[in-house]
Amino acid sequence: MMTEEPSGLIMMTEKDITILGIESSCDETAAAVVKNGREVLSNIISSQIDTHTVYGGVVPEIASRLHCEAINGVIRLALKEAGTALEELDAIAVTKGPGLVGALLVGVSEAKALAYALDKPLVGVNHIEGHIAANYITHRDLKPPYVCLIVSGGHTHLALVKDYRSFELIGRTYDDAAGETFDKVARAVGLGYPGGPKVDRAAAGGDPQAIVFPRGEVREHPYDFTFSGLKSAVLNYINMANMKGEDINIPDLTASFQQSVVDSLTSRTVSCAREYGIDTVAVAGGVSSNTALRREMERCCRAYGIRCLFPEPVYCTDNAAMIASAGYFAYMDGVRDDEAMNAYPNLKLCTGQ
Amino acid sequence: MKILAVESSGLTASAAVIEDDLLKTEFTVSNKLTHSETLLPMIRQMLDISGIDKHSLDAIAISAGPGSFTGLRIGAATAKGLALALNIPIICVSALEAMGCGLSVLSDGVICPVMDARRGQVYSAAFRGGACVIEEGARDIREFLGGLRGLGDAEDTEFVFLGDGVPVNSDIIAGELDRDVVFAGAEYNRQRAASVGTVAEVIYKKWLVDNSLTAEHVRTAGADSITCFNDRVMNSDSFAPKYLRKTQAERELAAGLLEDPGLHSLKKLRAENGNGSE
Repeated sequence: MMTEEPSGLIMMTEKDITILGIESSCDETAAAVVKNGREVLSNIISSQIDTHTVYGGVVPEIASRLHCEAINGVIRLALKEAGTALEELDAIAVTKGPGLVGALLVGVSEAKALAYALDKPLVGVNHIEGHIAANYITHRDLKPPYVCLIVSGGHTHLALVKDYRSFELIGRTYDDAAGETFDKVARAVGLGYPGGPKVDRAAAGGDPQAIVFPRGEVREHPYDFTFSGLKSAVLNYINMANMKGEDINIPDLTASFQQSVVDSLTSRTVSCAREYGIDTVAVAGGVSSNTALRREMERCCRAYGIRCLFPEPVYCTDNAAMIASAGYFAYMDGVRDDEAMNAYPNLKLCTGQ
Repeated sequence: MKILAVESSGLTASAAVIEDDLLKTEFTVSNKLTHSETLLPMIRQMLDISGIDKHSLDAIAISAGPGSFTGLRIGAATAKGLALALNIPIICVSALEAMGCGLSVLSDGVICPVMDARRGQVYSAAFRGGACVIEEGARDIREFLGGLRGLGDAEDTEFVFLGDGVPVNSDIIAGELDRDVVFAGAEYNRQRAASVGTVAEVIYKKWLVDNSLTAEHVRTAGADSITCFNDRVMNSDSFAPKYLRKTQAERELAAGLLEDPGLHSLKKLRAENGNGSE
């Protein structure tokens, strides 16, 4: 069959490339089988969220223990659903970072052992590149260059995707990740964990203009993000209301907070696309399933004739299909890792480690 | 019958192959590299240099714990991946039992493996003549020593101590026991995969006999077609380390200290969990 190589060259390949992806960087144990980087044959996610909810957030040691218990069953199910035998795989891709080190090590150790025992190539994948790749699954025709906004509980990055494996970091958060801010505000108003979907739902009935919260800016870095001022403003508003004995209108508060985050994310993403002359914007990461962000990003992009893409919700949050997809492009580029590969909890985008 | 044994419960990374009562090969490394960087490269080099085909292995024996949480999981996930790909069973061995077994035949005294569990505790157990006389547990060293005194052994019974919990507690051990104690030498005083494999071989043979199976049959049929597994010989899906200790978060929750889990306490938990061993 004919496939297009990451470099853009047309080449002949003898067969499809089938990759098993493994993801264990936070609180989802996931495995997926993906063909040629875009066709998902299976996508299994074992979420630990119910266990962590009572603690108000992900407890790393508990997450690591649960990964270790679940991982073989999840892999087996992914293979079964895909109808693929271990021997038929072309490579094993695994998240090597960033993330919780103890959690990452479970996936990394498992993947290395599988690759060694099966004599298959091993490809370590940057989790952030995985999120970017999620859009290749949902939008089969998507090709670089495009601008990608990666927003999750752990990351807020604005990147120029120049090629499948070439990124330029345009902006990043100076403090909290966008998703982290949702968690903190949700906790402050008693909505509980995880904050993203709960704030999204609560805000649906509120007035986003009801309370004026600041839009954080980083001096001389127009594409960077800061959410700590916003978080303080929301917490101050709640404290003031409590001191005065006033009721808080949770829908209005959450909608106004959410609008501030959405404005910050949308304005920078669209400005970046315009400044660099890019006609496509893709959003990825857990926060990309936020309905207000989707609505506003689509509206702003439309105003400037920019194509606006989001992954399907299942590929927004952590999953292994996106890891297998990113692993495919790395594999095609000749990336091979060996048995000494470690987990890299602070791995950065673009550094290539 | 060939068993690959893996031990990563402490600072030492160790791998060995036991074949029919013979130690075919053993690699043991105590250095500062993480097990993640040493364990699998070591297994590969060991099998290569020893001329052992990984597809000829009958089972993977793993030191299930107690020990460093992260170390145990690196070994566990490595063993689970190997066993899944090779379609062979996992044999679950206590790290303390393995440490005790090597010395049991050399001494008729009480063998006392003691691992540093931090937080002022040790993971410990005691064995005599191959039988467990104090169950494994996470406890204060003085509580363990009290247990040893309570065994009621004659004055001339020797207590043999080994493990990384010994150096940090040697004064207490010598002071609390009213008799001479023996500290094991370098070849026995840390975890070794050869010991894990030796214990595992006995467990595996017994399991085969109990279920009227032969090693040949299991190898040919594959672990996935076996249904008579137990808590020592198991399918790779079922195996998880035996930590002997709940996580800090679970302990705080049980003690009612996490009623209002704030960001602060969560951050604290993350910081404490960062080193992988509470």
